Amino acid sequence: MGTVVSLELRDQGIPADAVDAVFGHLHEVDARFSTYRPDSEVSRLGRGALEPSAASAEVRHVLAVCEQLRRDSGGAFDAGRAGRDGRLDPSGYVKGWAVEEAAWRLDDAGAHDYLINAGGDVVARGEASPGHRWRVGIRHPDQPDKVAAVFAVRDGAVATSGTYERGDHIVDPRTGQPARGLRSLTVVGPRLGFVDAYATAAFVMGLAGLAWVATHPGHEALAITDDDRLVWTEGLARYLVSGTGAATALG
Amino acid sequence: MIVIPRRAATAFVGTVVVVLLLFGFKTPDQSIGATTGGSAGVVADGGTTSGSTGSSGGTGPSDTGASGAGSATAPTATPAPSAASGSTQVTGPTVSTRYGPVQVRVTVSQGKVTEITALQLPSGGRSGRISEVAEPILHDEALSAQSAQIDSVSGATYTSGAYEQSLQAALDQAGI
Repeated sequence: MGTVVSLELRDQGIPADAVDAVFGHLHEVDARFSTYRPDSEVSRLGRGALEPSAASAEVRHVLAVCEQLRRDSGGAFDAGRAGRDGRLDPSGYVKGWAVEEAAWRLDDAGAHDYLINAGGDVVARGEASPGHRWRVGIRHPDQPDKVAAVFAVRDGAVATSGTYERGDHIVDPRTGQPARGLRSLTVVGPRLGFVDAYATAAFVMGLAGLAWVATHPGHEALAITDDDRLVWTEGLARYLVSGTGAATALG
Repeated sequence: MIVIPRRAATAFVGTVVVVLLLFGFKTPDQSIGATTGGSAGVVADGGTTSGSTGSSGGTGPSDTGASGAGSATAPTATPAPSAASGSTQVTGPTVSTRYGPVQVRVTVSQGKVTEITALQLPSGGRSGRISEVAEPILHDEALSAQSAQIDSVSGATYTSGAYEQSLQAALDQAGI
């Protein structure tokens, strides 16, 4: 059980050490933040075995950002109630944040063009090939061999919240009930941490979440509704390669 | 578990697939509906343009130095090259997932992948549903990646990782 992280690196001559550092960083973050490790800082915080003031700088930073996200989203994103049994679970921000932080190891090593996909959440740096943006497909919710849309991204991040087959339904922390109205919601923006958190919050908000995402400069969103409509924010057009309602076949 | 295909020697170009025990994995307690909706109408817009409440921006420092990845275990690919009319077939290793084993075979002709076949996918009950969803999209993705049409998919899944892992090992064996 875990998140699959893949890295596609288009630069030549990047040392393997830099790649190791990317995944090493992700492991370190996991050790601190995993809610599935009873000894992680987050687990200890969640059960009251660790005072927030005694937590590491990284954990305190993440908790501060999560609090900011909670207020900004009116409680639709709430790390304090996201976990099992309503416990602390900042994963909705941590995963994307960790990938961004890890990616800096590649930047430091001189990499310009690469794509990291962490369980369907994507950081796309530079270009896929000279003059061509990275093409990121958005999975169709019920047609397995199709994507519902294709984004072209340069130096951006894409995250999708939804049920898909993993089926981890998203609970509205404001009500404790499963969120309804959308099948998936995708956000594109500059940094995966916020992109991922916005996708989580906006999915819970339903269609209103689209407008909420668009209030954040540089962020756009695409939703697939329960009645199979595609709905998107006005500024998404510059990313949208295809996705006009009819499912678009890959390849 | 970390699996880094052998391409990561000193420098490389390509794909590294790593399975991380990262951030847990929520219990699937709700299956995807069997709806077959045909994605009808289109509603454009629905958005307002950028307003003010910007909470986006800076991520703070992370001063934990990278101490390198843990054990990098090369996948135990079991090459099974068998020439068939100018093409070569290579079978990737079996990769375990919580839903069952995943294994793929690639057919290579003149340096290009011409076919990817899933030899083993989880089957039965919920797992069957998952594999049905996971396999075809990656089949297309892997093929289309060659023609640079789709580079990645947002909203991908756990099972897909094992598929990629077996696929990558097979590609490495095939020298792609």
